[in-house]
Order: sequence, then structure tokens, then C-alpha cells
Amino acid sequence: MDAIRIDALTRCFGSRRAVDGLNLTVGEGELFALLGQNGAGKTTTIRMLCGLLTPTSGDALLMGRSVVTDTQAVKQLINVSPQETAVAARLTVRENLEFVAGVYGFDRRAARAKAQEMMETFSLTDRAKDRAKTLSGGMQRRLSIAMALISKPKILFLDEPTLGLDVRARRELWKHIGTLKGTMTIVLTTHYLEEAEALADRIAIMSAGKLAALGTAEQIRESVGAATLEDAFLTLTEAEEVEQ
Amino acid sequence: MKKMNIFAKRCAKEMWRDPLSFVFGIGFPVALLTLMWLLGRSLPEMPQEIFGIDTFAPSMAVFGLSFMLIFLGSLVTGDRTGSFLMRMFASPLRATDYILGYTLPALPIAAAQTAVCLGYAVILGLEPGVNLLVCLLALMPTALLFIGIGLLMGSVLPTAGAVGGISSLIINVCAWLSGTWFPLEMMGDTFGTICNLLPFAHSVNAARAALAGDYAALPVELAWVLGYTAVIFALAAAVFRRKMKS
Repeated sequence: MDAIRIDALTRCFGSRRAVDGLNLTVGEGELFALLGQNGAGKTTTIRMLCGLLTPTSGDALLMGRSVVTDTQAVKQLINVSPQETAVAARLTVRENLEFVAGVYGFDRRAARAKAQEMMETFSLTDRAKDRAKTLSGGMQRRLSIAMALISKPKILFLDEPTLGLDVRARRELWKHIGTLKGTMTIVLTTHYLEEAEALADRIAIMSAGKLAALGTAEQIRESVGAATLEDAFLTLTEAEEVEQ
Repeated sequence: MKKMNIFAKRCAKEMWRDPLSFVFGIGFPVALLTLMWLLGRSLPEMPQEIFGIDTFAPSMAVFGLSFMLIFLGSLVTGDRTGSFLMRMFASPLRATDYILGYTLPALPIAAAQTAVCLGYAVILGLEPGVNLLVCLLALMPTALLFIGIGLLMGSVLPTAGAVGGISSLIINVCAWLSGTWFPLEMMGDTFGTICNLLPFAHSVNAARAALAGDYAALPVELAWVLGYTAVIFALAAAVFRRKMKS
């Protein structure tokens, strides 16, 4: 079964079509990167897939459940690490993790065990009793991703997970994301093309709300005869740039 | 219900660990009670129907509760602007879980705040008795009203700064239009009518009536407060539902 099947998904804001008839499938266990310039429709797509935005038309099935008619079931299957820091600032690292586990239905004992496991995986054990607001940006981002993983989602959405991190913190996070490959379906949006190239099984490039390219990094490069993914990206999104 | 409880526990921790508004809610009324008590001792001609401890203490309890606006508004805005609420909106929590999860932990804080204010008034000469408890209970609809307005502001205003600004305005409007500082009849029919169409004067009236043992006056005064509270909470729930889908 496809983890995600998107069928003519469209979202309009007034007369502007932010996402325009998107068709796409993502396989189970795949790490899928969604690329595009600012305003290309990536975040709108993610928000619709997470049940945070109602499509104007079309639908998407996540593990066979519709985001339009079965939103609550979809929400139980997924988790998201938003672009900006999304932690409860005055809760400790452990409390943040146990809180999210509880929201997804884990009992207290299971939530505690899962929190411990996540802290070990993301090297946060030493800071277990520290309030989230006292952590560095990189650590907050790690905590945010750990909070997204603690519910053992079937599908994980990572929206710009390394935005604003220094090179070392970014590489560390890549390592953590890399270890998740194959264990769950991951949809990653990023502006860093090398990040998509290093991590993703397949890449989709969106331009002006539409799918401009889909395939492995190599397939996309070859499709436009470009030497690098960056060159291919610039070629594929050129029309959008001219429009803007 | 279990998920709502988990969210409520989280909100309670956030509230108790940010005691600033809580301190304002207690500090200002206590300071003003002290000031008026000192003035009353030096100026015996001060009007007792406003500044007597049995009328001024309930007014100050309402004034203290109005700080719940900042408390709740800042918490919700902080959650929203830091993307925490986006994470929550993508979770299985429902709109009612948020509304109750933010509201329920704020109620004990409101009760504690009111108890401190009335307790301090007893030290300054307010007669102790069962009416103090009735007054505290009669003030809980007012606490809910301010919690509801805080929720609504937090879900529509863009920043914590905006919440602070609008809250200050409402706190002042509440203080001036509630009969806390002067009898409303003094200001003429039009002003009095406007004040009586708003819930704040009814909050003060209810608290004063409860303290005076005039229980017959309570239903009408509380009906005004509860009516506004119901409308505010319905609006907050509608805004939350909309935000979850937009």
C-alpha cells in the first residue's frame, strides 16, 4: 500500500492557486523530499496532508485514510515537526516528551519509557530536567523531532528540520534522520538541496503549486541535463521566478 | 477526556511556572486595598459606599481577576506563534480539549487569587463569615468570563505584545465601568445604562451582594455575567475550530 496517495489536491487562497491539482504517491518506508522556492506550495501541501488545512478540491489518502473525510484517524497516524520551534517552553525535556506521548494515547508508564528512549536516541538525557527554553537552538530542534517521533507515527512530516542550525548541528540531525530511514515514511521539506540529496530516496520539486519534477536526484538532474541538483532546481523553477 | 486532562496538566505547569500575571493579579488588589485602608484612616469622610472595606474588597477581587486576561492570552499567543499549537492541531486533540485544557487549570489560580484578596481584606477589617465563601463562589463566573476573553484574544491577536496592550485596555475599561471607583448613578443615565449593558458592573454587584448576604440579588447579576461568558466561550471555540482548519 502507498503511504500517501495525493489525488488532484488543490488549495486556493482567493484567486491564487497555492497548490494546483497535485498528484503524487509516496511509498511506505520512503524518505521523500519536497522542494520548491518560497511560495511554491510545499507548506500548504504539508498542512493539507496533516489535516491542518482543508483542500479546496481533491483529496489525499494517508495509509488509506482521507484527509478530507477521516481527518481524526489521519491525525492518529501522523506526527509533525514544524518549521519553527514547537516545544512547550516551561516544561522540561522529559515533560515535553511525556506530554506528547500522552496526547497520542500512551499510558503514564509507556510514556515515561518512550521519553527515556527518545532522550537516549537524541542525546538529550543530560538535559532531561532542564526546561526547553534553556536549550540551544540545535537541541530544541532535536527535542522537537523527538516529540514528533515519540508517538511512533506511520508518517512523519519534517518541515525544514535544519533551518537556522549551524553546520555541525545540521550534520548531527542528518545522522539522526538517516537512522530513521525505512522505519517509517518521512516527508521532508527543505531549502537545502544537499540535504535532500543526502537523505531522500526520491525528490519532488514544486513550482507555482504544481509538480515540476519527480524522481531520484540523479533522475531529476538527467531529465534537464544539469550537472548538479541545484542547476536542475534552478532550471525547473525558472518559470516561477519569471512570473514573480 | 484523558487527552484533555493531559493537555490541562501541561497548561497548569506552564501557568504556575510563569507567576508574573498571577503576582499582578494578587499584588495590585492587595496594594490598592492597603492604600484605600490607609486613606480611609486618614480621611474618614471618604464615601463608605465605595471605599468601605466591604464594598471595595469585592471590587478589588474583580479587578484582580481581570488580570487572568493577560495570563491566558499570553499563554495561547505564545503557543500559537512558537508553532507549538500547530503541532497540537496536527495531533488527535479536538477543539473542546483545547478550550477546557486552557480553562480548567486557570480556575484554581483564579480561586486562590480571590481567596488571597478577600483574606487580606479580613485582616484590614472585613467581617469574616460564610459570606466570604459565597462571594468567592459568586466570583467564579467572572473568572470564567476573563479566562474566556483571554482565550479569545490569544487565538486572534498576533503577538504577546498585542495581548498585553488590549488586555490593559480591557482591565481599565472593567475598572472604570464597573462601579469600582465611583457609583455609576453619579455619571448620568446614559453612562449608567452603558455600564449595565456590560458584564463588569454585574460582576462587582454580584460580589458585593454575596458579601452582604443579599442572595436574592445574585441570580440576576450572575445571569448577566454567565450570558456574556457563554457568548465569549462559544466565540473562542468557533475561532479554535477555524484555526485548526486554516
